Amino acid sequence: MSVTALAQSLGITLRALFSKPVTVSYPDAPVALKPRWHGRHVLTRHPNGLEKCIGCSLCAAACPAYAIYVEAAENDPDNPVSAGERYAKVYEINMLRCIFCGLCEEACPTGAVVLGYDFEMADYRYSDLVYAKEDMLVEVQGTKPQRREAAYTGKEVKRGYAVPYVRPELEGFQAPVFKDPERASIARQLGVDKPGGKK
Amino acid sequence: MTDPLWMVGIKAFLVVFGLLTAFAYMTLIERRLLARFQVRWGPNRVGPMGLLQPLADAIKSILKEDIVPAKADKVVFVLAPIIAITFALVGFGLIPFGPEGAFFGFDPWVIDLDVGILYLFAVSEMAVYGIFLAGWASNSKYSLLGSLRSSAALISYELALGMSLLAPVMLVGSLNLQDIVEWQDKHVWLILPMFPAFVLFTIASMAEAARTPFDLPEAEQELVGGYNTEYASIKWALFQMAEYVHLITASALIPTIYLGGWKMPGFIPDIPYLWMFLKIALFLFFFIWVRATWFRLRYDQLMRFGWGRLFPVALVWFLVVAFYVAVNGSSAQAAPQGAVEPPASQALFTPGGKA
Repeated sequence: MSVTALAQSLGITLRALFSKPVTVSYPDAPVALKPRWHGRHVLTRHPNGLEKCIGCSLCAAACPAYAIYVEAAENDPDNPVSAGERYAKVYEINMLRCIFCGLCEEACPTGAVVLGYDFEMADYRYSDLVYAKEDMLVEVQGTKPQRREAAYTGKEVKRGYAVPYVRPELEGFQAPVFKDPERASIARQLGVDKPGGKK
Repeated sequence: MTDPLWMVGIKAFLVVFGLLTAFAYMTLIERRLLARFQVRWGPNRVGPMGLLQPLADAIKSILKEDIVPAKADKVVFVLAPIIAITFALVGFGLIPFGPEGAFFGFDPWVIDLDVGILYLFAVSEMAVYGIFLAGWASNSKYSLLGSLRSSAALISYELALGMSLLAPVMLVGSLNLQDIVEWQDKHVWLILPMFPAFVLFTIASMAEAARTPFDLPEAEQELVGGYNTEYASIKWALFQMAEYVHLITASALIPTIYLGGWKMPGFIPDIPYLWMFLKIALFLFFFIWVRATWFRLRYDQLMRFGWGRLFPVALVWFLVVAFYVAVNGSSAQAAPQGAVEPPASQALFTPGGKA
């Protein structure tokens, strides 16, 4: 226990005192996610607006947690929902069972189900944690509780993350853009303010 | 000039109130500072910048269930934290914050004792009773062992504390804190001639306030508390309060004795309160800094350091200064201050205030 070592240690902590804390003030500031984050599933669409999902249930077969339920139906040729013969009439994922492993995404032959970024899914009822197709289609922003709150307050859906770029599999997905200046400046500091910009 | 009794009462109330408020906000400042030392933000959720956190903590600790163990000695169990906090609070009144009449025409201290330092030791040593009685009254073997450990540590470091303080007292020739401040104003800050004593006293003060290198009495992580294991709610908070008030008193005492008290040397104007508060803040910051940096000593290391290093060094320094004073004479005899100053040996035991 030498005195110089003790003095050196004081110097180290003093340097730490004047450095910027690494803590992210998460609910106030967005958390920076990696582009390959495994979050809530997104059901993507082709550029022409047709759903990619053809209701084949391979995702359900691949799911190790038996979290996915698919019910397929024939497309109306004049007014198709998906790009294939059939489409998913019912597509449900039980978020309480899901382990966010991404095997469904790997199993999907059309790249329809892709793991997105939303993770704030805590809710009060079991039934609310079963996400239906309407909750996961690519144009839907945020999770069920977030959208419920937005509907209640009349404000836009408040998503708590930022990503540097959206990976190409999530075709058409809109990453959050922060209008609130404080959150925007934090996103800028994290280098995640321009989704799609930096690759 | 002696203040009327009602004024002393008001000042005593203000000191207690101030100390308790300082304790409350020091917990916040300490947690924020510790957090920044550890590169995090610390508590900032309650109120703006977390400024209402102490209030929330107080409400929480008062409203918590106050458990008294079934087999505890109920009277002593309740008495122990009261003893701890009471004797922690009464020490601070001695500290001078400015010249006579600086407090709206009254003196900026509560009591002015010729045996000031002796009195401080007497009341600060009573902290051992709080700790020991707490462990004893809990009627739990772990609390008892914890209290034995803590009392032993406190008593061991009290020796070095007293020894390291005797050297400057001999040089100044007075136990009165006002005299010590005056002496430093006339001559030099005692930290320069008495640097070893200053270091020893600072270290021993940390032990006395149960601060980090010596915070074995608490040792939450490995010992679940120690003497206060059975305490909950506001009683537990009172022990924390007592420790913190000890720390604040130590942070006020060190500058008073070694760093010129409320005065500044030479060209810097002597502003009452300001310099003293700054010096107290400096030492409080230092103690928090140390807590953020250093490790906690093991019990055997604690005792070996106290008895094997601190005490002998303090003793040697004491003898060196005693030899110097014996040859050159103490400054109380060499340069009498004011009108008639009794010799040092008599000044210790002269009743009543000074001239």
